[in-house]
This record gives sequence, structure tokens and C-alpha cells, in this order.
Amino acid sequence: MQLIFEKCRQRRAITFDAIDVPEAVLPAELCRASLAELPELSEIDVVRHFTHLSQRNVGVDCHFYPLGSCTMKYNPKLAEAVAAYPGFSWLHPHLASLPAYHAKCQGALEVVYELERLLAEIAGMKAACIKPMAGAHGELTGVLLIAAYHRDKGHAHKDTILVPDSAHGTNPASAAIAGYKVVEVPSNSDGLTDLDKLRAAMNDNVAGIMLTCPNTHGLFETNIAEIARMAHEVDALLYYDGANLNAIVGQCRPGDLGFDVMHYNLHKTFGTPHGMGGPGSGPVGVSERLLPYLPGPRVVKRDGHFSLETPEKSIGRMTAFFGNFLIALRAYAYILHLGDAGLRDVGRMAVLNANYVLARLKDAYKPAFPATVMHECLFTASPQAEKGVHAIDIAKALIDRGYHAPTIYFPLTVKECLMIEPTETESKETLDAFCDAMIEIARLVDEDPESLRAAPRSTPVGRLDEVKAAKELNCARLSPHLA
Amino acid sequence: MSWIPATDADRAAMLAAVGVRSVEELFAAIPPGLRMETWDVPAGISEMAVREKLGRMSVRNDVCSTSFLGGGYYDHFIPAAVDYLTGRSEFYTAYTPYQPECSQGTLQAIYEYQSVICRLTDMEFTNASLYDGGTAVFEAAAMALRVTRRNKVVVDDSVNPLYRRMLETHAANLDIELVSGRDPADAACVIVQNPGFLGTVRDFTALGEQCHAAGALLIVSVYPVSLGMLKTPGAMGADIAVAEGQSLGLPLAFGGPYLGILATRKEHVRKMPGRIVGMTEDKEGRRGFVLTLQAREQHIRREKAMSNICSNQALCALRALVHLSLLGKHGLAEVAAACHAKAEYLKSKLGFARLLNDGPTFNEFAVQLPKNATEVASALTSQGYLAGLPLKSVGAGGDNDLLIAVTEKRTREEMDRFAAALEEVACS
Repeated sequence: MQLIFEKCRQRRAITFDAIDVPEAVLPAELCRASLAELPELSEIDVVRHFTHLSQRNVGVDCHFYPLGSCTMKYNPKLAEAVAAYPGFSWLHPHLASLPAYHAKCQGALEVVYELERLLAEIAGMKAACIKPMAGAHGELTGVLLIAAYHRDKGHAHKDTILVPDSAHGTNPASAAIAGYKVVEVPSNSDGLTDLDKLRAAMNDNVAGIMLTCPNTHGLFETNIAEIARMAHEVDALLYYDGANLNAIVGQCRPGDLGFDVMHYNLHKTFGTPHGMGGPGSGPVGVSERLLPYLPGPRVVKRDGHFSLETPEKSIGRMTAFFGNFLIALRAYAYILHLGDAGLRDVGRMAVLNANYVLARLKDAYKPAFPATVMHECLFTASPQAEKGVHAIDIAKALIDRGYHAPTIYFPLTVKECLMIEPTETESKETLDAFCDAMIEIARLVDEDPESLRAAPRSTPVGRLDEVKAAKELNCARLSPHLA
Repeated sequence: MSWIPATDADRAAMLAAVGVRSVEELFAAIPPGLRMETWDVPAGISEMAVREKLGRMSVRNDVCSTSFLGGGYYDHFIPAAVDYLTGRSEFYTAYTPYQPECSQGTLQAIYEYQSVICRLTDMEFTNASLYDGGTAVFEAAAMALRVTRRNKVVVDDSVNPLYRRMLETHAANLDIELVSGRDPADAACVIVQNPGFLGTVRDFTALGEQCHAAGALLIVSVYPVSLGMLKTPGAMGADIAVAEGQSLGLPLAFGGPYLGILATRKEHVRKMPGRIVGMTEDKEGRRGFVLTLQAREQHIRREKAMSNICSNQALCALRALVHLSLLGKHGLAEVAAACHAKAEYLKSKLGFARLLNDGPTFNEFAVQLPKNATEVASALTSQGYLAGLPLKSVGAGGDNDLLIAVTEKRTREEMDRFAAALEEVACS
């Protein structure tokens, strides 16, 4: 398919009214030498170009997307509808900047206030803050909160954050950006955090531990109470990575498990779209002891009126305003609709679906761990790899069969990993058809491995040369004068 | 109240296949004492009721006043096709393009986005987006530390004070010395903004030369719409250009989602944070696109990554691309010319106020009123105007200082009436 620049015909899509005031000019030395070479096409050409691009994509609305650790559930259209209300989408954020304007944004401030209250309750935390703009941004916020807590208490020696080897890469990266030394804690053969090794790593220099629960092996950390006790004994804080909250929502709450600080992924658990990689939203939740440090300013309610206050010991501004507000608004609509019973059913069905897929596939593929899983099931394709078919070949063969691939080669603790997260919004028929496809692929490993290594064949392009991309580094069609 | 398709019969069949009697058994790994009993979450309400409730909340927000409010975030016209095209669910319900064969739509769109951003800024490389303008400033500063191996970051007064506070917050636990001014001596970088927060337009070419002589990087934060007219960061010799991309087809949305733009020169690309899309081909020689240079990123490099960023603002980048494709080369220049001419017109009508800018301005300028700006702005809300941003509220000016922005949406008639209303309130 042509690039949009290759389709330019010096046509105009949008025209403007004549300027109704005298023309004004700036000194030439402050102006650009020539106009930016942007595409120029008629509106229908632009519309067809992007419509055709969309047809070279796969979204949850067209295909099952069993991407482990990503919770690719259905994105309700109700949420899209309310996010388009002009009263929200056209609202200027600086209305929050001065009290004289607060009367002009009471509805939006109420959304922030109510959503933060509900998120806190859902996770058993004292308070939540919707500002962080993605899971990793929430992690950084959380680690900065931990740092502020220790600074306040005079714990200058606490320079280390513990992270299990099964953690998402964002955990160690966030801890490092917040200035911490990262120490990795190995998992045991059951796929859980190794308590002995954790105990060995735990000392007075530890500022916090970042845990995902259930972890990225799809397993609940059964020793969580003991881990919390060990951490709190040296006044290290326990961080909950909310990437897998979908498994336990309505069943147990991070706050009740002993976590001090966490982030939520609204684009996972609360059904907001992934948008080709973003925008997501990564609110943080905190226990009582971290409340004074939350990013400011915060929405407060007095006599039915919403206004803003900055906590006394606030870490400062993580965002200019309220983060990805329209994403948070979608999550609010999601929670209002599901409510108590609906949210409890989310965790139950997410877990039942994952165990059903495990039950159907465990003879064809080797489960990575023997236990009952939570919201996702992991297999190792090592037996297939010995026959020359790797996890990536299985993933590409699934694409040819109308499924997005599972997450592969993550976590790093499982060789040739296939990580499948069905979510609660898929029907039994969809799961059955997917499992049938997986079983057919397992059969082809013996009967016709070459067909799997040649996949995908139904897509606009076949497997792409990544080495060439990195070597040539052609990352933009530059202006003629820079090219 | 749910989006779960499973029937009771499905559940029973699945439980039987799993070999358990109830879903409860699947949660046996959670110690019994840690299970939740009750929570204060209300019962769900129907779609109709949710829309009614949020509809009522939305009309308690004022989006109908004639607005002169800017301060880094602007009320620009957005063509209808932007919403329709980016609202296609093949885009918005897709994941990060880790499986390139079935994500060519996303990947080509990001390649085209990278191209228009490079053309707009006259830079050579840009990433697939960051969160917003403020985090882009932080990421650019962190990048400068990696490039220069120095730890002093110099921030000019022209930079949006909210970005400055975000920089301080994000860098709180790092070994960074943050100082004000423009002196590049021993610095990793000097960060400036054009137009400045108060609207003044400058040429930072000479500062760029001073930075390079001192071994520092020049980081220029820009307002993308102004690049329809103004000298580009690339032409000024900037090493990194950053921007809040909201003005490129993103609604104001009470603060987000917005778009963080970061562009740089070829020699620094391996120190750049975030995803990058590159062109390549398949075995049959067909052109295709993939995520490239991933060894910089957290999912490969973990604690040694260039940044912790994972989710970005890809859909917002698509909006910017579609918006710029619809406006086109001449359309963006016309928008910029209209913004500038209209702001100059309004400025000419405010002879009763003292202009605070010490140079030319683009579409925003600061004035000192004869009275308290917050009181004036407050009084004008009842007449249907958002008069601008009282600068005291963001710590960028005195009690009587007001920042006024004009976009292509404002008409001469609106400005005439506003100037009269402002004069009456401010001078009475």
C-alpha cells in the first residue's frame, strides 16, 4: 500500500473562511523558511487511505485477542458514547487552575472524585488518584510515593527495590527511573516468588517490593501474607502491579492483602480501549500511610461543591491536570454499569475461561506450571521447539486462522512461552474454536511443520526482516531538504 | 448488568471440563482469611441510566462560553473526519503492534505520523508518542543526561510552569541539578519554549550555538500549530524538539488524553525513549513496517532501559496524522496565519491594558490589567466569556496579569464585544 505522501495531488480537503481581520506578519527571521511538506489530498482520498489502513489491522471488535498479560477484553460502546459528550470532550483543563473557574467544571470534578472513591473501594485502598497516564506512569508515581515516605521518615539508607524475575519489564525500569537500585528475586519451580530467596534479599536497605498478583505465571502468590509481613518488618512498602487485577476483582483486594501502594490499568481491568498501544490510564491507589504524599492537586468535596487541594507533603505534579481524563471517564461508565454483582462476575468468569482453555489444551501443549491458574494460562512450546516449530511459528499460524497471537516469549522465566488470557468477555463457542485451532496446529507440528514456519500467509505481508529495519533505520519520509 | 456472554449452561459445561464443582474452587489459592466479603460498590445501572447520569454531569461543565483561555492548551477546529476515522474500531480496539503482519495499519500510520512530525519540526527522528507535553520535557531532559553524562538541567522561564513542576516531580529522586536560566556551562541541556509561556516568539539559534560550544544540548518545546508559520526547532539547531500535541486534532478533554511529541537528530536516536517504527520488507520483497530499536525499551532492557514507557498515546498520534493530512501543507499555514492575525487584532483593541511581552507574539499574549485579573475573569464568566488565564494561578505573574489566547475559531465580532466587556469590567 502506498504511503500517504505518495498519493499527494495538491488537492485540498479542508478550506477555511477568509480571515476577517487585517493580515499580520512576523519578522522573517522568526518564520520558517518554507512550509512543512504535509500531505495534500481531497477529503475522500484521506478517508479511503485511513480506512484501508484500518483494514490492515486487527482489533478486539473483529477478532479474539488472547494476549496474555494484556487483558484484551471487549471495549463497551457505552464508554465511547459518554466520552464523546461535548460537556466533557470540549472542556478546557485550565478551568481547574483557579477557584473562580471551578463552578464551570463541577461535573468533571465530580467524575474525578467519584471514580477515585470507587477505585479505592474496589482495591481496598484508602484513596486513589487518576492522574498517571499509563501503567508504567502509575508505577513511577507509586515508587516516587515510596521514596517520599522514606525521605520523610529519614530512611536515607533505603536504596533498593526488590522485583521478582517474572515481573513486567516496566517494574525494574520504573524503579530505576525513580533512582533505586533494582535487585531481582527468583521464582521457585512452582512459579511463585521464592520465599527463601526473598528472605535472603530482604534487609534494612530495601525501600519496597513490587509484586504482580496473580503473578505473570497466572498464579496467585499464596504466601502473600508472609511476604507482606517480611516487608513491613523492615518498613519496606509493598507495591501492587495492577496488570492482573482482572483475575481477582470482586474476590479479594490488594489493600486487604497488605499492599501499601498500587496502580490500576484502566485499559485492562476496566474495559477502556488499548488504542493501538495507548492512551491507557494508570491510576494509583494508596493506603493511609501514603495519603499525605499523593500527587496534587486533588479533588475534594465540601458542602456539595467540588474544589482542588494539594496534599501537605505531595510529591508534586505527575500530570498537568487529570491525566487521560476521557479514559478515566470511560472506566467510570464501566463501573457504574457493572456495579457490585457485575464486577464480582468479571473475576469469576475471567478465571473460569482461563482454566477452561487450560483444560482443553493441556494434552496438546505442556502447561508451564501444574497448578490451577487464575486469569491466564501459560504453556511452554519447548516440546514443539525440539521438533523445529517455535512459539513464534505457533503465534503466526494462529494469525492465519483468524486469531491474534497470544503473548510469546514472556515472562522470561518460561522457555518458548505461550501466554493465553481469554478474559471474561469471550463466549464458550469462541474459546472452543480457538482451542480447536491450537490443537490443529499442535497436530501440524508433526504432520506439516513447514506450513507453520511459513505462516502467516493470509496477511498483507509475511514475516518481516527486523534486522534490515534496525540496520537501515528508515523511520520517516523526511522533507526533501533533509532527506 | 454485564458484557459477559456466558450462560448458566456454558458455565456448567466449562466447570465440568475443568473438573471442579464451582468457580469458588478455582480461587482456592487465595488464603480464606484474605477473601473479600463486602465492599461499598453500588449495584449496577442500565446503559440508559448511565448515559442519563453522565449526561447530566456533562452539562454542569461550561463548553459554551466564548473562550480566550489557552496557557498551553488550545481550542482549535477539528475536521469531522478525524473523529470518524480514528473511531474505527480496527484502530482503537487494537493492541501495540507486536505482531507486525496483522498490525500493518497501525505501523504504517505511525511511520506516517513520524514523517509528518519530522517535516513539521525539521528533525530527523521521532518516536511513536509519549504521554503529553510535560512528560516529553522530562524524557528529553533524561535523554540529555544520557547523551552528555552530565547532571545539570537548565530550564528557561519561557517554559510552561506546569512542565517545570512535572520535571521537578519526575526527577525528584534522581541525581539532577535543576537550575533556572539559559546558561549552558556544564549543563546537560538548556530547555526553552517557543512561543514562550507568555506568548513571546524568539529565535534560539544563537543559544543553540552557545549550547553546542559548551557541550550541552538545546531542547526546544514548541506549539505545533505555530510551526505553520514559525521557525522550526530543527532550523534553530535544536538537538531535541518536544511538544504538547493537543493542538493537532485533539479535543481539550479536561486535560487528556493528549500527545507527547519528542523528535531528535540521528546521532541521538539510540538514546531516545519510546517506540519507533521502521520500514523494511518481507521475503517476497513487499514493503512493511515493524517496531525497531527495541533494545532501548523496558520489555528487553528492564532496569537499564532508556525509559519505563510502555503504553503510549498511539491513537492520539493517529489523530494528529489524520488532522494534518486533512489540513495539508497550506491548511496548517492558513490556521497559523489566522491565529496570529486575530490575536494581533485583539491586542490592538486592548489599549487600556499594559502588554507584558518584550517581543512579537504568535496567538497568545499577556497583559497587566488595571484590576485583579482573577476578579475580572470571574466577573466576565457571567457574561459568557472565559477571559483567559490569570497568571497568578499558575505562579507565572502578578495579581493583575492575564494571559489571553486567540485561535482561528474566534471571530472579529466576538473579539470586539469581548474587548469592550473586558475594558468595562477592568477599568470601572
